[in-house]
Amino acid sequence: MTNKVLILIGTKKGAFILESDAERRSWELRGPFCETWPMNHVIADPATGTIFGGGGSEWFGPAVWKSADLGATWTHSSAGLAYPEGEEPIKSVWSVAKGGTNLYAGVEPAGLFRSDDGGESWHHVAGLRDHPSRPHWHPGGGGLILHSLITHPDDDRQIWAGISAAGVFHTADGGETWQPRNRGTKADFLPEGENYPEYGQCVHCLVMAPGMPDRLYQQNHCGMYRSHDGGRQWESIEAGLPSTFGFPAATHPRDPSTLYLLPLNGDSVGRYVPDGKAAVWRTRDGGESWEALRDGLPQGNTFFGVLRQAMATDRLEPAGVYFGTSTGALFASADEGDSWNCVAQHLPTILSVETLVVEA
Amino acid sequence: MPSDMPPVVVKLPPALVRLFPGAERRVELRASAPSRTVGDVIDTLDSRWPGMRDRICDSTPRIRRHMNVFVAGERATLETPLEPGAEVVVLTAISGG
Repeated sequence: MTNKVLILIGTKKGAFILESDAERRSWELRGPFCETWPMNHVIADPATGTIFGGGGSEWFGPAVWKSADLGATWTHSSAGLAYPEGEEPIKSVWSVAKGGTNLYAGVEPAGLFRSDDGGESWHHVAGLRDHPSRPHWHPGGGGLILHSLITHPDDDRQIWAGISAAGVFHTADGGETWQPRNRGTKADFLPEGENYPEYGQCVHCLVMAPGMPDRLYQQNHCGMYRSHDGGRQWESIEAGLPSTFGFPAATHPRDPSTLYLLPLNGDSVGRYVPDGKAAVWRTRDGGESWEALRDGLPQGNTFFGVLRQAMATDRLEPAGVYFGTSTGALFASADEGDSWNCVAQHLPTILSVETLVVEA
Repeated sequence: MPSDMPPVVVKLPPALVRLFPGAERRVELRASAPSRTVGDVIDTLDSRWPGMRDRICDSTPRIRRHMNVFVAGERATLETPLEPGAEVVVLTAISGG
């Protein structure tokens, strides 16, 4: 069976799609889609191939866009995607995730919505904003955004949400009640002695190891972490990495111990790739050791960053790895990160990268 | 509004019309449609093109910060009253980068 691979790209000015065959040697670009709205996160439901894009327009507000024909035509909806009258209105959708038969959307200001009709209408999962910590949530540099969503592969009632800068929260009852899951993660930006709060950490990206729902990885504003118990306790895995700062994390499609990170030089020195040289860092042992992957990536005078949702893998063998830069370039590897090619450049600032493999 | 009254005319910006297949730049709202205020007009537009209210108004509710609605040359709110034959101009404000 011939496979077709799509890279779904959310940018500051619309969604784009790069398409290739299973060899992933040459790529064809389509777009811009979604009327050039800022698109924070574009995903696909692997079961149906339907593409969903979360974003928000300064003019027209938030919406989730949808394409059932691999990007040829799009519709949008924000029916029900609203807080009660009088509350600060929703500015934008920041993350989209499928969980069981439901679709979830994380928004700014931070909150969670659920759709049970494929994104046609939305219902507020009010339990998250009812958490007693909510008055103490403070926005990160990107705003008070719910940007990371993980759903449990076998239990529809479990969801993890990452909020900048409130931290990680987990529900085991479908969103009725939530618990902070930040123990062991640091908040360097708080006064000395208060650096390990129950909540208030600046999580940047949260991912789940394939086939091991209890193993989570996290790129944080203040370090890289691993959890073996669904986020109840986190441990640092930053030893061997060039910095403690970065945004994205991507898991391997099959190996729970392989993780990709893209550390940046630091939060107050430009947030570029370190030393002006681009590298993806890979662990094959769950974060115990790291190797820099540089073959094909620019190794001088390079001053891009890669944002929190802008790195992904595909499910082919060997796995493809992809990341998009703040300067609008898309780098792709068809050999699990060993070598890289720039497959698109001069796009708008890239905000998210996801993949879809379809049988052609 | 009696049926012999002139219609309220609504002018919509291209970027908004593109979001709603079948929508037109110039819309006449006849007497059958209640249009006593700008908010009423937007409700009527939403019934014709579901979702259009959310693109013009936020959940406060009020006209979005980067949208402008003018009636008789004056910036309007949802509560602005309309006379028969009024022209309601919806514009996208300067925004973005």
